[in-house]
Amino acid sequence: MWDYTDKVMDHFFNPRNVGKIEDYDGIGEVGSLACGDALTLTFKLDKAGRIADVKFQTFGCASAVASSSVLTEIIKGMTLEEAAKVTNQQIADRLGGLPEQKMHCSVMGQEALAAAIAYHRNKGKASVEKHGHIVCTCFGVTDEEIRKVIMENDLTTVEQVTNYCKAGGGCGGCRGEIGRILEAVQGQRIKQQAKAPVAKPKKLSNIQKIELIQETVREQIRPVIRAHGGDIDLIDVEGNKVIVALRGMCASCKMSEVTTKDLVEARLREFVSEDLYVEEEKES
Amino acid sequence: MNRVIYMDNNATTRVAPEVLEEMMPYLTELYGNPSSMHTFGGQVAHKIRAARQQTAALLGCDADEIIFTSCGTESNNTAILGSLAASPNKRTVITTRVEHPAVLSPCRNLEQHGYRVIELAVDKHGNLGMAEFESALSDDTALVTAMYANNETGVVFPVEKIAALCKEKGIPFHTDAVQAVGKIPLNMKKSGIDMLSLSGHKLHAPKGVGALYVRRGTRLSPYLLGGHQEANRRGGTENVSGIVALGKACELSQQYMEDENTRIRGLRDRLQEKILTICPDAMVNGDVKNRLPNTLNVSFEFIEGESILMMLNQFGICASSGSACTSGSLEPSHVLRAMGVPFTAAHGSIRFSLSRYNTQDEVDFVAEKLPAIVNRLRQLSPFVAK
Repeated sequence: MWDYTDKVMDHFFNPRNVGKIEDYDGIGEVGSLACGDALTLTFKLDKAGRIADVKFQTFGCASAVASSSVLTEIIKGMTLEEAAKVTNQQIADRLGGLPEQKMHCSVMGQEALAAAIAYHRNKGKASVEKHGHIVCTCFGVTDEEIRKVIMENDLTTVEQVTNYCKAGGGCGGCRGEIGRILEAVQGQRIKQQAKAPVAKPKKLSNIQKIELIQETVREQIRPVIRAHGGDIDLIDVEGNKVIVALRGMCASCKMSEVTTKDLVEARLREFVSEDLYVEEEKES
Repeated sequence: MNRVIYMDNNATTRVAPEVLEEMMPYLTELYGNPSSMHTFGGQVAHKIRAARQQTAALLGCDADEIIFTSCGTESNNTAILGSLAASPNKRTVITTRVEHPAVLSPCRNLEQHGYRVIELAVDKHGNLGMAEFESALSDDTALVTAMYANNETGVVFPVEKIAALCKEKGIPFHTDAVQAVGKIPLNMKKSGIDMLSLSGHKLHAPKGVGALYVRRGTRLSPYLLGGHQEANRRGGTENVSGIVALGKACELSQQYMEDENTRIRGLRDRLQEKILTICPDAMVNGDVKNRLPNTLNVSFEFIEGESILMMLNQFGICASSGSACTSGSLEPSHVLRAMGVPFTAAHGSIRFSLSRYNTQDEVDFVAEKLPAIVNRLRQLSPFVAK
């Protein structure tokens, strides 16, 4: 059972400002059903440009509901300039704190608010524009979003980043890259850095190459595919052609956007050799 | 909290009063070591023999085919690692994607040690494809391990068919029957199962005791090395009170088997029908025709499991969920995902698991409270079309 504060329980059982404003001035929609939590935030401004009314709808756990609810209390009466400065840490503080693994709920609130403000400023065009490139394909988190939570919450470990924005919490395939972002942002502060991948050896004998391919499939690729309900077997290596067999994948999974073959090829090129290409053996 | 309505019996069960009474003397006056030479210890050894008989009776096997362990996890690890150690030349293990972590984790760990592990898929009802299973068997197969009944959905695997196929090919077969023992009649004399794990606290004995059935003639290396206890198959001074409790719990389970499969099944069905009738966009996970009599896994679309559990908790109702949030991980239950249950429904899944101590009043109370909870959370949810 989670150790929630009385404040969290109060906002969960008695959420403030639930609903959707129909003639809103700003709307922010973040998260998705697949991710396990989602939030739609709408606000209406008064003549002075202050947030006169704000409402939310949340799909998620108690801390997601409470974070959304307390956010509406915080920003009511603020100008958009003031609201834009609200951080996820403020949301968590107003709730008397959140369990570390639930900090992403406060980040979701902050993101919805930012999206709603952007919607208003762009006069209704594209409410959420993702900046940067996607690092975590499982939860669709970009490098910029990761940088932001690291800086705003002074994070120092990959685990913390996962707790705050979910990145790295699915298949775990991007944890190395998150580690590198952490290092870039926090520099010397990070003592126990995730080990950088071993530099690719220059010239491999055939046996070395096959062993390295096996190792990469076992340690880098299979866990990712398993996490998405599939499996992979290495069938053969002919020169630079790697033949693999793939088993059933989860159709509703976001991974299907990126074909598994691409993933396998990218990892093998990263860890073994740029010249490799992958062919799939169809199961009979 | 005043009233507790406990419907989380696949997680753990209440210790039966009869069981507690039976074990108490072995926590107080009768503290002797069963290995001792004096009569004081000897009487404890005698009681352990009786508990072994009681446990064997529930499984329909002989007493010397029972090894007492500390829990279901230890039983599973012993069966998997112990039988692989006994046949070092074969390097493939076959299991399924929906196993409990107590089987999946040791299997996946084996991959680091050069084993090939095949995890068989299940269909959308949670059933195993027998054709796929049969074609996975090979000369290199060292062990097949497949659960008897699933802890999350209650779906029962065709273990006797699996056991027969393994027997034909001379492959040892282990089943994690932690959820099945006490709920489904078992008879090892008529079965092809070589090893079977059970856990005390799932059948109204306390936590900290389990057992592994090992068919006579099955090759198994000890997992815990130590003294000569359990006929040299499991070192360590016996958990005497736990073993005595397990024996009594097994005896009681046999008495209640009829009740489990009539009255408790009836209560579960009543709960299921009421929920499906009153709550729109609810669906049952797992094959309804092929399920433990006590288990109901139901998904409520558009809402999230932890929220449902917390609201149920307000009324003293105890259940569990396959949602990501309840576990602290970010992805929902591996069992529901393996079945292809959409993420939307997996996040909103709730498991009710009943026991002999549940009543119709309790079922009706849950069915009465649940619709308002579901409605309230759906009003909060951005996904429900208004």
